[in-house]
Amino acid sequence: MSMTNNPVDPARVSAEKEIAGVRGPTALELAETPVSPRERLGQRLNGGLLMALVVLISLLWSVPTFGLFVASFRSGAATQSTGWWNGLVPPWSFTLQNYQDVLSAQGLGQAFLNSLIIAIPGTILPVLVAAFAAYAFAWMRFPLRDWLFLAIVALLVVPIQMTLIPILSIFTGLGITGSYLAIWLAHTAYGLPFAVYLLRSFFGALPSDLMESARIDGASHVRVFTNILLPLAVPSLASLVIFQFMWVWNDLLVALIYIGGGDRAPMTVTIANLVNSFGSNYQVLTAAAFISMALPLIVFFSLQRYFVRGILAGSVKG
Amino acid sequence: MATKSITATGAAVRSVPPRKPLNLRDLIVPWLWIGPAVIFVLVFLVYPVLNTLWLSLQNADSSQFVGLRNFARIFTDSAMLGVLGNNLLWIVLGTAATVALGLLIAVLVDRVRFEGAAKAAIFIPMAISFVGAGVIWKFVYNYDAPGQPQIGLLNAILTRLGGQPQAWLINSGINNFALIAVYVWMWTGFCMVILSAALKGVPSEIMEAARVDGASEINIFFRIIVPMISPTIAVVATTMVINLLKIFDIIYVMTGGNFGTDVVAVEYYNRLFTFNDFGISSALAVILLIAIVPIMIFNIRRFRQQEAER
Repeated sequence: MSMTNNPVDPARVSAEKEIAGVRGPTALELAETPVSPRERLGQRLNGGLLMALVVLISLLWSVPTFGLFVASFRSGAATQSTGWWNGLVPPWSFTLQNYQDVLSAQGLGQAFLNSLIIAIPGTILPVLVAAFAAYAFAWMRFPLRDWLFLAIVALLVVPIQMTLIPILSIFTGLGITGSYLAIWLAHTAYGLPFAVYLLRSFFGALPSDLMESARIDGASHVRVFTNILLPLAVPSLASLVIFQFMWVWNDLLVALIYIGGGDRAPMTVTIANLVNSFGSNYQVLTAAAFISMALPLIVFFSLQRYFVRGILAGSVKG
Repeated sequence: MATKSITATGAAVRSVPPRKPLNLRDLIVPWLWIGPAVIFVLVFLVYPVLNTLWLSLQNADSSQFVGLRNFARIFTDSAMLGVLGNNLLWIVLGTAATVALGLLIAVLVDRVRFEGAAKAAIFIPMAISFVGAGVIWKFVYNYDAPGQPQIGLLNAILTRLGGQPQAWLINSGINNFALIAVYVWMWTGFCMVILSAALKGVPSEIMEAARVDGASEINIFFRIIVPMISPTIAVVATTMVINLLKIFDIIYVMTGGNFGTDVVAVEYYNRLFTFNDFGISSALAVILLIAIVPIMIFNIRRFRQQEAER
């Protein structure tokens, strides 16, 4: 590759190691077994070759993101005339101008705010509704319970595209097309099948004696739910919150349909418009894209262990 | 109050709950809890599915019943068949690449000391939106005329090695593969994390025993590891297939479905919002749904199996 002399990428890898070290064991590491016969297995293979291969793959995966990161700190003229990797060679001429331009001129500041206004209720609402349902599915007995649950889970596979026309006409009939309320409701519904599925498997795994003895002592369902279940379920709720937040924050299609490109548009829509309309106006695009990525990356890194737990619960155990 | 908890009968009642018959209250209360979710799902998912089925049997402005004519048009139009073919290419290549790479990387990182850092590097793209990924990959695929300095990474490497720059996203021989590569970059981390967890569950005694008997590492991988984690591989693969059937954002952002990269979801979007053709667009959505039904049945079977094992 043409970048063998690039001094920054190894530094980046060690920075990532530091991050992992500072935060204590990450969830990715927690899943490991302690030093085991696998260690010996590693020695059987050519250790150096193996390490080089893993480093190469990690670099390969990081380079595109890193390129955008570097480009976002270069002037528009530089980005358009030479490759971003040229910016790594002295003399450096990094600038914050792109970020200033984007936040003021392109209305991205408002779009960032819109994304938050959409994503926060768009996360809390479905998690709450799903938690009620999952509690009933896990801890109450009623006719058709398992069939209803299966029906909701089956809806996981309905293509969202299919729902756009009918829902749009309902929203238009109610006169809420283009409003925040419309997109909150839509995200709540679209997130529900996965949320119910995930939370039911979490709740079902909690010790049943606790819940049953509280019920026998005369506690109402509302009390059991708020005083016993919710505190116990904080980790599982957190992992669902991350999923749902990332999904809503990163969503383009739902926002495009129900909100459109107006002054309530979230970042994804605004950036997609920048891509289409400016085409090669890269410097604005780079900073804008990086701002939109910053929040999910922060959320992801600070709550990584919950995120991974969520994936595992949803996919491995069921 | 006090006597209740002291008397022997009281204690007995507390430790063994009486089996009441289901009364009206027990029937209603659960519905209060699942009610909101059920209403949301009925309005936003069940009703639209039924409505789309109905619209797909009518003409463009839904004024006339046309039976299966929309489907006939889709399956006889060569451009539409190309769209369906592209979707198939995405499903086959995308699933195979993410699952195979995810498994390979999971096995590799399992044997190095900086496993956490390597996994994080590969998992990060999961947190990035398709829109953000589209911008990131413009810097990889950008094309400038031969002789100009190339600001796209891939073309810079290519010209440095003496080749001609390629229009990765426009050249219809390669652009679908270039787009699928972006998907693979985003979703391999997801497959890797899940497969890695399954991998840790394979008892090392079995592998040790095989090794003592002289099995090679490759044999151990294909004869022991893969069969033992095959349920997880199936889960990951079905997740990818469902994702890829509905693939929209990468293509919408990077090519808009032009240059022969159109897929069903993008074509659906264009038919609906550019041409206002409710008939054809609904028929496209129905085709997606029908393609997903076998996976849905597979998933339900798997779920019931798991519940039975509980």
